[in-house]
Amino acid sequence: MSMHEPARQMNLSHSRESADTPRLPSLLPIRANGVVLEIDGNRLVDAIDLELSADKLTVLMGPNGAGKSLLLRLMHGLVAPSAGKITFDGLAMSDEVRRRQAMVFQRPVLLRRSVAANVDFALKIRRHASPAERDKLLDLVGLLDRAKQPARALSGGEQQRLALARALATEPDVLFLDEPTASLDPHSIELIEQIVLLAHRQGTKVIFVTHDVGQGRRLADEVVFLHLGRLVEQTPAKRFFSDPASREGKAYLEGKLVL
Amino acid sequence: MQDFAEPFRLALALVTAGDADLFEIIALSLRVSLLAMAIACVLGLPLGALLAVTRFPGRSVVLVLVNALMGLPPVVVGLIVYLYLSRSGPFGWLGLLYTPTAMIIAQVILITPIIAALSRQVLEDLHTEYAEQFRSLSVPRRTVISALVWDGRYSLLTVALAGFGRAVAEVGAVIIVGGNIDHLTRVMTTAIALETSKGDLALALALGFVLLVIALTVNGLVMALRLTAGRHVHA
Repeated sequence: MSMHEPARQMNLSHSRESADTPRLPSLLPIRANGVVLEIDGNRLVDAIDLELSADKLTVLMGPNGAGKSLLLRLMHGLVAPSAGKITFDGLAMSDEVRRRQAMVFQRPVLLRRSVAANVDFALKIRRHASPAERDKLLDLVGLLDRAKQPARALSGGEQQRLALARALATEPDVLFLDEPTASLDPHSIELIEQIVLLAHRQGTKVIFVTHDVGQGRRLADEVVFLHLGRLVEQTPAKRFFSDPASREGKAYLEGKLVL
Repeated sequence: MQDFAEPFRLALALVTAGDADLFEIIALSLRVSLLAMAIACVLGLPLGALLAVTRFPGRSVVLVLVNALMGLPPVVVGLIVYLYLSRSGPFGWLGLLYTPTAMIIAQVILITPIIAALSRQVLEDLHTEYAEQFRSLSVPRRTVISALVWDGRYSLLTVALAGFGRAVAEVGAVIIVGGNIDHLTRVMTTAIALETSKGDLALALALGFVLLVIALTVNGLVMALRLTAGRHVHA
C-alpha cells in the first residue's frame, strides 16, 4: 500500500448536518500578524507574520526551541499572544472558533476510561454521539477490536491513534498535530500519516509539526520553517526540500547544527 | 488490668454470643456514620470539584479556610449544634436534640470540609493533567467537573473513607448532641466512653476492638472494589 493511500477508504465527515449550531464560514485562511509570545522576559515567538490557506497540508519544521509547538498552541488559542493577532477568515479566536479546531498533542492525554468511551466523550461534546459514529472512527484508526479495553493500556502508537480518532470525532475544520509520531514505531507512523492525509484530502486543514525530514517530505505541501522563534521561510514543499531559501533551512536539511 | 488478652476474648465473646445490645450499637454507629458520609459527599464533592477547576479572587483564602476546617474540634461542633438544636435555640422546635439525626448533622459538619479539601486536591491534580486537552476540546465547565469526578472516582473513594473514618471514630460531638441514650443514641464510641468512665476497661477495650474490626472491614471492602474496578480502567 502506498503511503498516500488511506488504510481504509472512509469518509471522515459523519453528521455535520445534525449539529445544532449553525456553521460559521470557513476558518481559512489563518493569518498571523506580528505574533509575539514573551514569557518571563524571554521572547519565545518573535513577530511572526504568516498566512495559511485551505488547500495545502502545512508542515511546521525547525530545530528544538524554534517555537513550533508554541505557534501551534497560539493558533489553537491555548496560549494568548503577548502581541499581535491571529485570525481565522477574519475571525478572532473564540470558543466557537476553537470548537471547530482540534489538536493532537505529542503526549496524548487519554481519559481513564475505555477506548470507546474516550471517543464517545468527544462525540458527546459535539452532540452527535452514536455507537455507529464511534465504531467508524475506531475502525479508521484500527482500534475497533480494542474498543472495550482501558485506553491507558494501549501501546504508545495505539494511544496516539486513539487521540487522533478523538480529534477527528469533533469534525474539525483545522487539525493541529504536534509531533504526533515522535517516538512511535514505523507501523504506527504509517497509519497516522495515512489518516492525516485522508483528513487533508477530505477538506480538513492540517497543520503538522515534525522534526522528521522524511516525514516532512511525505506529508507536506508547504513547509513553514522556524528558528529561534522566528519564521525563517514559508516555502512549497518541493522547493524547500530541494533548494531551501534560507541558510538555516539548508543547514537543517543537511543535518548540520543550526545555530 | 494485667491480662491483655482479656479484651480480645471479651470482644470475641460479645460478637459470637450475638449480643443484641452490641449489634444495636454497631448498627446505629454504621447508620449514623455512613449517612453522614453520604451527605458530606453530596455537599463536599461538588464544592471540592468547583474549587479544583475555578479561579476567582480570594480562592486561596477559601482553600486555607476549607483546609483549616478539616481540623474542626468535635466538641466545639457538638456544642454549636447543641445550641442550635436545644429547646431555646433557633431550631429547637424541630425536636432533634438527643436523636440520631442530631448526631448525623454534627458529623456532616465535621466531615464535609474533609471531603471538600481532599477531593479538591485529588481533582485539581487530575485537572492539571486534563486541562489542556479539555480546553482544546472546548469542554463545558459542567462536563469538566463531571468528567473529573468520574475519572477520579477511585481516588475519591479513599476520600470518602477518610470521612467515614473520622465519623465512625468521633465521640466528642455525638455525645453532646446525642446524649449517649441507651437504645436510642448510643454508638460504639460513646459506649466506649461510658464503659471507661464506669471503670470497665476490659469491656471498653473490647468494644474498641470491635470498632477497629468494623473500620478495617469497611476499608478492606472499598479497597477491594477499588483494586478490582480500577484495574479495568487505569491498567
